[in-house]
Amino acid sequence: MELFNIFIKSAFVENMVLAYFLGMCSFLAVSKTVKTAIGLGLAVIFVLGITVPINWLINHYLLSANGLFHMDLTFLRFIIFIAVIASMVQLVEMVVEKVSPALYNSLGIFLPLITVNCAIMGGSLFMVSREYNLPESVAYGLGGGLGWFLAIVAFAAIREKMAYSNVPAPLRGLGIAFILTGLMGLAFMSLAGI
Amino acid sequence: MGLLDFFKKIEPDKQKSGFLHTLYDGFFTFLFVPNKRPKNASHVHDHIDLKRTMIFVVYALIPLYIFGMYNVGHQHYLAMGEMTGLTEGLGAKFLYGALKVLPIYVISMVVGLGIEFYFAYKKGHGIEEGYLVTGALIPLIMPASLPYWILVLAIVFAVLIGKEAFGGTGMNVVNVALLARVFVFFAYPTSISGDAVWVSGVDGFTGATPLAMASSGGWTEVISHYTPEQMFWGVIPGSIGETSKPLIILGALFLLLSRIASWRIILGGIIGMSVMGLIFNAFGGSNAYMNVPWYDHFLMGSFLFAISFMATDPVTAASTNRGKWIYGLLIGAIGLVIRVSNPAYPEGWMLAILLLNVFAPLIDYFVLQGNMKKRLKRA
Repeated sequence: MELFNIFIKSAFVENMVLAYFLGMCSFLAVSKTVKTAIGLGLAVIFVLGITVPINWLINHYLLSANGLFHMDLTFLRFIIFIAVIASMVQLVEMVVEKVSPALYNSLGIFLPLITVNCAIMGGSLFMVSREYNLPESVAYGLGGGLGWFLAIVAFAAIREKMAYSNVPAPLRGLGIAFILTGLMGLAFMSLAGI
Repeated sequence: MGLLDFFKKIEPDKQKSGFLHTLYDGFFTFLFVPNKRPKNASHVHDHIDLKRTMIFVVYALIPLYIFGMYNVGHQHYLAMGEMTGLTEGLGAKFLYGALKVLPIYVISMVVGLGIEFYFAYKKGHGIEEGYLVTGALIPLIMPASLPYWILVLAIVFAVLIGKEAFGGTGMNVVNVALLARVFVFFAYPTSISGDAVWVSGVDGFTGATPLAMASSGGWTEVISHYTPEQMFWGVIPGSIGETSKPLIILGALFLLLSRIASWRIILGGIIGMSVMGLIFNAFGGSNAYMNVPWYDHFLMGSFLFAISFMATDPVTAASTNRGKWIYGLLIGAIGLVIRVSNPAYPEGWMLAILLLNVFAPLIDYFVLQGNMKKRLKRA
């Protein structure tokens, strides 16, 4: 039950994009069509779901003071987390290129850029600061990824529909996207407190 | 045709005074269906245009306004301990309520339509009447004790950010009336939350709404204060438009018969909420709120109002038939979950509908993809 709570909470209540505004760059850039948004969203679920538990293991068994080296190595946290994320993203990239070249092409530079997606790094750092244990960090990673996925897919569907709207000229493109993100954040606040 | 001649005579020159002409055009087409015919491709025209659609919803809301005015007065005198009978002092109660409700309505119309007129003029096309309904809905869902400046701020925010920024009527992603209420709800949480009743004009009168009672003591706590009959007929304190269930049902039937509201959304919402209520009843255990009988949830709060007038907004709802079912079911289910299990928000429909507004295009997308796949398979 506790795990389920963390999962739901990280997906809806503490949504990476709409509550913390993390991972905005790819959220705004790759949300022009639903299809690519689904692809990127799945990649984020995968990377977040894998890196958070791996980083938990590393943080717990290698970096902490009572870990393998009996030294407080937490100052290495950032660089090691980034290295883990980068290698996982490399893995995803290879899989996507092999399985779906079309998706690979439409994601373009944003697939390798998941490495520096703040949502992924943020997930690992939240995991440390909230002192989750291993099962909790799995639930947190998957939930956070699901939340990011839902946000970008819904956002992309709205943007596809908005192609027909007569948006005032100064707001066209990114301007209206930011406003829309804010409104979606308001809607997601409905689940805060559950 | 005296009126038509009069309008022909006062028509301002479009080139010289553009803004006046926009205004004139808006009121003219409000009174008369324009008789312009398309010249190029074939178009099928119906007498039901955007204006007529909108005004039908306003018709459906009029009984709620009249009862709301009476009820505001009735609750006021009830709290003071005068004229406690239902039919006693009908005129005085009605007058008191009208003096509370009408200013809100006027402010809502003046501010919202002002923005609408200005944008219609700037964009160089006719006035869009979307605000007629929004402006009629906003007073019904606001507490009458709300300070006017907050009301104005909420309307400006909702119309500017929620609608005009997206390109005007028919393009908004979230329901404008709900956005105004959500704005007040999150920005000025002390003036509207849904757990304490407001009764206008009586200082220091506090009481809990049926929802807050249900959350503390379950259904038995609620019926110790209000009888189910009172809650059904709506002579309880509440927002202006939400209390009287028979009048809401009447309005909803009118919208269904005129085919403006979608029966799929309404029925989906009712089923979604009933199923969720049954699940809560079955697994509620010792939680008093979860054990509130599922059918009694219809009597408390604003479910019927929200599902008939808010969720059926054709612009922000899902637009495919199967999508409408999913949309309605999810509103019913999520709304009840928020109402029962979220201590921060006593009432859930506003937020559930807003959440589903955001997801409606996605639901449509998947329904369309499913249809395409089915057709490809058949071909």
